[in-house]
Parts: sequence; structure tokens; C-alpha cells
Amino acid sequence: MSAETAELRVAFVGLPNCGKTALFNRLTGSRQKVANYPGVTVERKEGVFAASSGRRYRLLDLPGTYSLKPTTLDEAITRDVALGRVANEPRPETIVLVADATHLPLSLRLALEVRRLGLPMVVVLNMSDIARRRGFAIDRDVLSRELGAPVIETIATRSGGADALIAELERLGMPEHPVAPVTAWQEPTAAEVTATHIEAGRLLGLAGYREPARSRTVAVADRILMNPFAGMVILATLLFFVFQAVFSWAAWPMDLIDAGVGALADLVRGALPDGPFRSLLADGVIAGVGSVIVFLPQIVILFAFILALEDSGYLPRAAYLLDRVMGSVGLSGRAFIPLLSSFACAIPGIMATRTIPQLRDRIVTILVAPLMTCSARLPVYALLIAAFIPQRDIGIFNLQGLVLFILYFAGVASALLVAWVAKLIAGGQNNHLLMLELPDYQWPSLRNLALGLWEKTRVFLARAGGIILALMVLLWFLSTYPAPPVGATGAAIEYSFAGQLGKALAVVLAPIGFNWQIAIALIPGLAAREVAVGALGTVYALSGDEEAVTTALSSVIANEWGLATGLALLAWYVFAPQCLATLAVVRRETNGWRYPLLMLVYLFALAYLAAFVTYRVTLAVAG
Amino acid sequence: MSSDPLSAAAPSDSRRRLTALAVGERARVDVVLADDSISRRLLEVGFIPGAAIEVVASMWPAADPLAIRVGGSTFALRRHEAERVVIA
Repeated sequence: MSAETAELRVAFVGLPNCGKTALFNRLTGSRQKVANYPGVTVERKEGVFAASSGRRYRLLDLPGTYSLKPTTLDEAITRDVALGRVANEPRPETIVLVADATHLPLSLRLALEVRRLGLPMVVVLNMSDIARRRGFAIDRDVLSRELGAPVIETIATRSGGADALIAELERLGMPEHPVAPVTAWQEPTAAEVTATHIEAGRLLGLAGYREPARSRTVAVADRILMNPFAGMVILATLLFFVFQAVFSWAAWPMDLIDAGVGALADLVRGALPDGPFRSLLADGVIAGVGSVIVFLPQIVILFAFILALEDSGYLPRAAYLLDRVMGSVGLSGRAFIPLLSSFACAIPGIMATRTIPQLRDRIVTILVAPLMTCSARLPVYALLIAAFIPQRDIGIFNLQGLVLFILYFAGVASALLVAWVAKLIAGGQNNHLLMLELPDYQWPSLRNLALGLWEKTRVFLARAGGIILALMVLLWFLSTYPAPPVGATGAAIEYSFAGQLGKALAVVLAPIGFNWQIAIALIPGLAAREVAVGALGTVYALSGDEEAVTTALSSVIANEWGLATGLALLAWYVFAPQCLATLAVVRRETNGWRYPLLMLVYLFALAYLAAFVTYRVTLAVAG
Repeated sequence: MSSDPLSAAAPSDSRRRLTALAVGERARVDVVLADDSISRRLLEVGFIPGAAIEVVASMWPAADPLAIRVGGSTFALRRHEAERVVIA
């Protein structure tokens, strides 16, 4: 503790969308640590900054909330941290209450609730520039006097816009006594909520508050974007554009990475003598990890869109538009945002479900999240489509692109179907919560975007260097040893551990048209789906640089497998039993093995069924 | 799952609800029915007696969900959520 006393612990509290995170980013820049609170997957965001006086501040960005009576996991964390009830999380010494100046009344009500916690509090009127332009006015001195807390203005989106907050924190200084956890705190009652609303109104009246006018732009934009017809068309166009961009914009950086990986492998091959070590490094490590890093540009582009849409305030409108569709299959309208994130990866998607208040809704959303086609499935689709679908135009559509779109669509459609079945089984309860705030639109901040993308990139690269690297090494080992017996006639891999395992599994997979080579690739594909591509390459005993592996591999499998097998494997990967990392997250999120096991079993069953039907139908039709 | 708290609370309650308003119409909140987490959250976001509200948008078909403006903020509410708000 004593080493920590030089730092002031400051917690940021505020409504959702109040610009709290932007202000936090303004102060801490990239000096942030993102982790989880112990035992729950609520994101814990901490950052430090040093004022010019040399004093250091440790800032904690707490999840946004409307009150200290929580309805979601996120909100419960905000309450518990503020009360000092979270293990290993010392109670903050000062609270910065971030209020959106364009929507002051609700923030002020929260401030009155937070004031009862007995911690020093600074009230920050953020986005004051926008509010003033719309006629906002307030006497901060009066408000500060009535509230018993300093009230200052910030503009989080402007450089130097948080200087007033820094000055105020410096003025407050360190507390004289260490803060103790609150013991006598009581959850506010409904009557108290009404009373704080009235009190907030009274304070605003005293301070001569003038409410900013509703932005004309927002009103006009909403009339179009939330129109049941125009809004739907715009949403569909937008999503289509995002997926197009993910493919077309990523093409050249991917080629560049591909070439780099190939050159590196060549360099290693040239520099090392032939032997197991060279093979491990060039074929296992470089080609394997390289085959995954190639997808970084697509992931960055997808996340750039998701983060920009999040920042702009459009996503809650999309949730509003799709609420009927989601509701008809028993999903909460709030499930839209987690499911959209799942197109990048199911893991952040599943973690985003914690904003869904009802447990049942949350579980169903988690269960269907892996059906959204995550970016790790792209390499598998790309390989199989190149091998089995001719490059031909149908009208204005490219046949290969159309098949890809159908695969994505099949994922979404089956997610809706599964949710509907879950509703039938678990009993239809139609009172799903929506109650989403529709914030004003704003231009996404480039700074926030860059910070967010950097975080995603870091996580992705850590994954490629960690689990995927380990898997490729393991796979290389299993397919190389034991060496074939003297006088063996088949390929070396047939005698290896992997070969033997693949042949055993092939018995079960024969009805859906999979051979032993596919069986081997499916196993590492469980740990990380994209590894299935690299694994097939290794299995077909191809060498050469990564680009050669993919191009040659697609012609090899086009010769070796029938059309029915290729299509069956595509169908399999629509449902592809999700990766182990996803299962681990589901276990942590749901506190047990029940739901991850259910997920594993139902996805396996659907994958097998879909592959079986596809295989048999294709055989019957195409012979 | 217990039955709808609204029907349990006041089966013969015929007061005008927020859902009776057309897009663009304004009114004032009289009271929020029922005492559960949904009603509590409505109260917290500003649906208190006397608050001015306006229906900003409604989705097709069946006007579900609705977008309601209250106290300077806009919220998307499902119809069953809006049904709890009695208007004066």
C-alpha cells in the first residue's frame, strides 16, 4: 500500500455515451492497461498520467451506468468498485463524475446518488462546446455551491480540453485519511430516484440552466435512418459495404505480408542445413504463423468499421431497426451489437453480451454468437471456394463472391433458427428488454479509433505468437514422427501419429465425405479454425513458401476430393465447432461447463448434419 | 416466469398509455406502473410524474419498438416497456 500512496486513485463514473472514455483517453493516451475484473469478464480499463507538478494519477474507467442500482454485470462492477467491495481493487480516492453537457439532467441525478458515497467528487461537464453552440447555459458557481462539489468544463475531443480537470485534481490533492469501504450504504429506493430527479431539477433551476436545443441534424438524420423502410435499406447497404471493404481493401496489404512471409521462409531455408530443425522453422513456424498473420489487415478493417460505428452513435439505431426481427426469434434487441462483433471474432462478441440484462437472453446470444462467420473462417472459405467454385459471372455478381455471401447468410439464418428453437424449448417469454439510449450522432474520433485498433492488433498478434505458434509446432511434430518403418511404401505422414489418428477418425467422417487428410486438419482447426488451412498444407506434404502452399493446395484438393466433399467441408465450417478459446470464454462468462458443453454438442451435431445433407445431395445431383 | 406484472397490477386500468401516442405527439407522464427492474429503469432514465415526452419514431409493423424523447434524451423502448407509462 505504501508504495501506492504517491498516486491518487481516481474513478470515472458517468452515464453510457457521456464521453467518459474519450476523456479518459485524452488524459492517459496509450498508457492504458485493459484487463478483466477477477472472476467476471467485465473489462477493467486503467491508465496513468502525471501532472506537470510530478504527481501521478491512476485512473479507472468504470462502466457507464444510469444509477447505482445495477441491472447488468457492468453496472454492478461500477457500484462495487465505488463502494470498495471488489477484492484486490482498492477503493478510489476521488470520483470524477462525467456529465454530457448536452443531456445534463440525468447525469446530475446520478451525481446526487454518487455524492452519497462520501468520496470527494469532481463534476465534469463534457462536450461543453457542442452544448454551448446549441444554447446551453449554466452558472457553474451556483451549481458547484449547491452540489458541494467542484463543477468544471471539458472538451474531450480537443487537445488540452481536459486541462481544467487536471488543474482541479491537482487542487484537491491527496486525501488526508485512507478511504475505507462503505458499510452502511443502502441501495436507492424508487422514491429516492424520483426525489433525486426533482432535486436535480431544482439545482438546475437555481443555476439558471438553459437546455441546449435538440440538434436539427440529429432530428433530420433520425427521420431518415430510423425510417422503417429507408433505414433498413441504408443499414443493409452499410453492412454490405463493410463486408466488401473487408475483402477488397485488404487485398494488397495481405499480398505484401504473404510475400514477406515467403521471403523469410526462403531466407531460413537458404541459411540452414537440411534437417528437422530447418523443416520445423520454415514449414512449421514461419509458414504456419504466417498463414494466420496474413489476416491481420482484414481484422483491422473490420474492427475499424465496428469501432467507428460504435463511436458515431449509429449502432443503437441499428439495434432499434432490427429489434422486431430479433424479438420474433426470442432475442433481445441488445443482442445486435454483440452479434455484429462476432463477425470479427466470437470472443469479443460473447464478452459484449454482458450489456444484456436478462440472463436467459444473454445465454441464448452467447450460444448463437459462434454462428456469425468469424474472420478465422475466412481462410478456410477462401481456400475451398478457390478450389471448387468456378470463377464465373452471374449477371453483375461474381459466382465465388456470391457463394461467400451465401455462407455468411447461412450463418445468420441458422443463428436466428437456433435462437427460435431455444425459445420453444426454454419457454417463450416475450418481455425482452430493449430500453437503449439513442445518443446524438457524432464524428468518430480518430484518436479513439487509433487507440482501439492498436489494442485489437496487439491482442491478435499475441494470439498468433502464442497459441497458434504452439499448435503449428505440435502439428509439425505429430505429422513428422514416428518416421515410417524401413521399406514403407506410403507417404511418411501415413505412419505418423497424426496419420494414424486421422485414419481412425475417418471412419466416423466417411458418411459426410471426409477423408483422413481432412480429419487430421479438423483437429488443430478446433483450437483455431484458420490453422485448418495450414494443416491441410502440411498434410499434403507440400513444401515451398506460403503463397505456393495456398495456390497449389487449392488445385491439389480440387483433384483429390470430389465436388461433394468440398461443398460438405464448406457446410461443415458454417457451423464449425467453435475454437477452444471461445469455449473457455463461454465457461468463464456462464460460470460453469453446462453452456460450453451444450454449445460444443449442438454445433458438432449441426455441422455433421449440414455436411451430411450437402454431401449426399451433391452426390445425387452432380453424381 | 410470473405473468405480466401490468395485468396483475391493474386488469381494468383503462388510463391512456404512452403507446396510444402517434409519432410526433407530445404528452406528460402521469405514473409508471408496476414495480420491477424495467419500471425502475424507466424511472431512472427520467419517466417521472410530470416529465414531458414525445414519440420520435416507431418501427413498422405494429409500432414496436418506439423511440421516445424524455428530458433531453432519446430512448428506444419495446412496446411492452412503453406500455407501463401512463400519460396524463
